Amino acid sequence: MKILYPEKIKFLEKKANEIRQLIIESLSISGSGHTAGSLGMADIFTYLYFHGLNHNPEKPDWPERDRLILSNGHICPVLYATLALAGYFPVAEMRKLRKFKSGLQGHPERGALPGIETTSGPLGSGLSQAIGMALADKLDNGPTSERFFYCLLSDGELNEGNSWEAIMLAGREGFHNLIAIVDRNNIQIDGYTEDVMPLEPLADKWRAFNWQVIEINGHNFEEIHEAIGLAKSVFGRPTVIIAHTIPGKGVLDFERRFDWHGKAPDKKESKKALKELRSFGGNLDEE
Amino acid sequence: MSRNFLNPKISLNPDVFSLRVKYEETREGFGRGLLQAGRDDKRVVALTADLASSTKTDYFAEEFPERFFEMGVAEQNMAGVSSGLAAMNKVPFIASFAVFSPGRNWEQIRTTICLNNQNVKIIGFHAGVATGPDGATHQALEDLALMRVLPNIIVISPADSLEAEKATLAAARIKKPVYLRFFREKSPIITTPETRFIIGKANLLWQGEEPQVSIISTGITVFQALLAAKKLWVEEKISVQVFNFHTIKPLDTQVLDLAARTGAVVVTEDHQKAGGLGGAIAEYYTQKKPTLMEFVGLNDEFGQTGQAVQLLEHYGLDSNGIITAVKRALKRKN
Repeated sequence: MKILYPEKIKFLEKKANEIRQLIIESLSISGSGHTAGSLGMADIFTYLYFHGLNHNPEKPDWPERDRLILSNGHICPVLYATLALAGYFPVAEMRKLRKFKSGLQGHPERGALPGIETTSGPLGSGLSQAIGMALADKLDNGPTSERFFYCLLSDGELNEGNSWEAIMLAGREGFHNLIAIVDRNNIQIDGYTEDVMPLEPLADKWRAFNWQVIEINGHNFEEIHEAIGLAKSVFGRPTVIIAHTIPGKGVLDFERRFDWHGKAPDKKESKKALKELRSFGGNLDEE
Repeated sequence: MSRNFLNPKISLNPDVFSLRVKYEETREGFGRGLLQAGRDDKRVVALTADLASSTKTDYFAEEFPERFFEMGVAEQNMAGVSSGLAAMNKVPFIASFAVFSPGRNWEQIRTTICLNNQNVKIIGFHAGVATGPDGATHQALEDLALMRVLPNIIVISPADSLEAEKATLAAARIKKPVYLRFFREKSPIITTPETRFIIGKANLLWQGEEPQVSIISTGITVFQALLAAKKLWVEEKISVQVFNFHTIKPLDTQVLDLAARTGAVVVTEDHQKAGGLGGAIAEYYTQKKPTLMEFVGLNDEFGQTGQAVQLLEHYGLDSNGIITAVKRALKRKN
């Protein structure tokens, strides 16, 4: 694993800020889409695509790459913004988010854009797909394969029975190279997760299904880095990283509010948000 | 014994109407086909949801244990896992009863297999009331409708165990999502190893002279349609032609145009009348070639417990039910 130097952390913080700006800009142009979850996961996406993942934006279909499955497809603005800044496609494409005939479909579609591993949106089936990929990899490369399979899930989608079917199977298979990351932001469409359908004690639930569980602050690059390292070092068990995140992170007006789950900022809101983000020192124009 | 009108060009079983005819379950054909597909192509893998022996995936599992994945009773997960396997260049066959797969996991099939366009084969067993004593909960009567409305997928419903075997091998070779529908009851083997099987090409089985009605059948009702054709000719000199539509999607529209020339078409299937083969053909005819049609199938009702033969008779899916439908068609035509 690559060492995470302090200079790299600074770089990642700046990159995450750029990603957040791109999310806000594209959502305000599209007029619809999911703001809170996208902003909340910006740091984890930044870490994965700019430090953690073994991938090559110039060769998106490179067979040896790690796989990243986004199960909760509705936060695709963060996936698109990260892929664009990582070099998978031109940043200018972000203006086409949710537009007619665009590769940036409302929910991600395999084949529509380089770097999209699977079509997703309907909740609860992403982990199943990551498991299928890990099974195929185990067949081809044996139980010591160095290819990693990341699955990003929302906490709300843990209401789905399918999620637990997959969690049970992965526990049985004991994949060393499967890493699930749960965006534990405590909100879902109808309200706070613990009001809608309580998930706690969430870590105990995963542990009971034979997973290694790591809880982190999902906005702290050192903690993200350490958790991924720990996940990779444990053999015979899959790892879930329960990443505590702040929905809407980076824009005070949007933070921790479930009403920002499924809507996009209007022009005024977006202007204010961008001003706030830029004042944090991540201004693209200063480069 | 009067003249036999079996199509000589496709090498059908000459014993089909005799007491010597061999009976076999379609799942036996699937089990053999899957094993052979596994030998031919090491990318082929099999998954089941706690039904290895009922789906005959156990033949494959015995020879290729490392390529066989037991999913437990979790059909939704099985669909998603198969999509992931296909994304890594495997050719997964997922096997369960049709009420569970594609019944319970329809959305996972829609999103992760069809919209995702992954090379997965969905195998649904215990289709139709011919499932028998298990009763209505286990008799899939809606699966053709569920599958044929999905873009990208091919839908196949074989008529006997040999055709089941060929369909399985053909499904393994074509790089597309495929749904294969199998019924539980042992049935007479109509075809021979030489009978052609081409996805999307219907076979003419019975070619009466100057046919007055075309019977288009699929699955277990194909044999019943042949019995009906023979009885109609022997007892009443009513001449028909019988087609086996083993592929529901894509529809063989060339053959449909040909069948329409009789001016009356009877469609038979062990499925709801709504949404199945009859529905698919009606969609084609109403748009391209308006044709008088009669449907043999379940009339917006569920099945029940009973022996397959009793249930086929009760719901009018046997040869007598088909004869009645042919006569209804003739009456409307003349």
